[in-house]
Amino acid sequence: MNDVLDVTLRLLIVFAVFLAFPLIVGQTEHKVMAHMQGRLGPMYAGGFHGWAQLVADGVKFAQKEDVVPADADRRIFQLAPAVALLPYLLVLLAIPIGPGEGAVGQVVDAGIFFVLAVMGVGVLGSLMAGWASANKFSLLGGLRTAAQLLAYELPMLLTAASVAMAAGTVSLVGILDAFEWWWLPWQIVGAIVFFVAGLAELQRPPFDMPVADSEIIFGAYTEYTGLRFALFLLAEYAGIVVLCGLTTVLFLGGWHGPRGADGLGWVWTLLKTAVLAFVVIWLRVTYPRLREDQLQRLSWTLLVPLSLAQIALTGIVKVVIQ
Amino acid sequence: MTSAATLGHLAADSTTAAAESQGFLSPTGVEVAFLLVGLVTFGAAVVTVTTRQLVHAALWLVVALGGLAVEYLLLTAEFIAWVQVLIYVGAVVVLILFGLMLTRAPIGRSPDADSGNRWAALTVAVAAAAALVWVVVDAFRTTWIDLDGPAAGSTAVTGASLFQNWVLPFEALSVLLLAALVGAIVLSRRAKANHVTEAGRPTGPNGSGKDGVR
Repeated sequence: MNDVLDVTLRLLIVFAVFLAFPLIVGQTEHKVMAHMQGRLGPMYAGGFHGWAQLVADGVKFAQKEDVVPADADRRIFQLAPAVALLPYLLVLLAIPIGPGEGAVGQVVDAGIFFVLAVMGVGVLGSLMAGWASANKFSLLGGLRTAAQLLAYELPMLLTAASVAMAAGTVSLVGILDAFEWWWLPWQIVGAIVFFVAGLAELQRPPFDMPVADSEIIFGAYTEYTGLRFALFLLAEYAGIVVLCGLTTVLFLGGWHGPRGADGLGWVWTLLKTAVLAFVVIWLRVTYPRLREDQLQRLSWTLLVPLSLAQIALTGIVKVVIQ
Repeated sequence: MTSAATLGHLAADSTTAAAESQGFLSPTGVEVAFLLVGLVTFGAAVVTVTTRQLVHAALWLVVALGGLAVEYLLLTAEFIAWVQVLIYVGAVVVLILFGLMLTRAPIGRSPDADSGNRWAALTVAVAAAAALVWVVVDAFRTTWIDLDGPAAGSTAVTGASLFQNWVLPFEALSVLLLAALVGAIVLSRRAKANHVTEAGRPTGPNGSGKDGVR
């Protein structure tokens, strides 16, 4: 009975985080973008600085009609948002936010492989949506999504492998247990490559060629309305939370603060994740969209060689300090 | 897939218990789950090769490969399971979908999604399946995985057996993959060179419009 209660409680907490954090990131994006552009952003919904804007948006989306185009492949069209969203919920289960058994949804032995594998599945949702919409813009968006995933999955995996080499384990909890402060300069190239590749996998600006609203009208999501469209948006913001959490855990030492891992470890994890999420928003308002050929060139001629160099460096240092 | 399957079985082989205390008549929950997932996987695989809708075939392949990953999990081979998802669902199926979308992926049935070779293909498939099943059954017969002990397929166990006992096949496979990689690069470069020499001549009004992005 105790086990059942424990599992239920963990699942409920992870689910609450899964619903709340993306909304917080989204609201922060509204306000931060606005202030960076000399605007105020939402000010009315909820009273205090428009804090309830995204709740209002959610209510609006829920009221809209759920349209399926006549020529679309109905079942796949309707299934796609779930395929895009659920993987991020599963990944969130495995990310530890503090030391010990109590601060992680589920300890996964091969944690790195689990999170990267499941995150890769999420992109299938965009591909299904792009194909099933029976719309040429959507198909173009789906194509670009696939090309982008194929290009950026490799550097992401290689840099994660570099951290796993450094720690001597592929478990996320094990990596954080082995963390030392000097890993930060040692793995910094890998950290940047991982973060950039992750942004590309999430199709966040400046890597938003697959959804480019001004040329292919939101790509794979062109035909979506109402709640299903909202689910795709939620998947994007859940992806930001997951990516920032993962970068924190793999490269920034997670719960380790300046005074070691004692005390408020989980605060450090959340703080680092929040700072990274701010950087994601910052990049969106700073850089213009990369063209498709620039996207591919950045990955194959810059990120892949950099991540291979990082692996070589990790190997050399690892052998030397033994 | 076969190499992954072999690895799974090798890893599972390291801690197995004798079958004296086990029987086929009172299956445990895990065994029932294994059987059910196996049925789903088999069904998805059959639909993959029989459906007339190309993209649906690729998506049913996702179900089949995912079902296989669940089977690995139930056999305690956790590492193999996640690698299965990462490589096959995350990369191979995405590549297949990419190829389909790039060439032809109509919604609804494709009238030409059939082949005259279906009986030859069926023969080869049945023969391959029979050989694999025979080898696996003959190799493992009545060994059972001890689910209560330490995980037999964890990353550490898999890594140790891979790089101690099976390092030669592993390296041979690496060389094979490297050769394939080099071959792909050579082929693509030759195609590009031909393309450039053809493009040198004036070939008509094809090069206008959307190609002018640069």
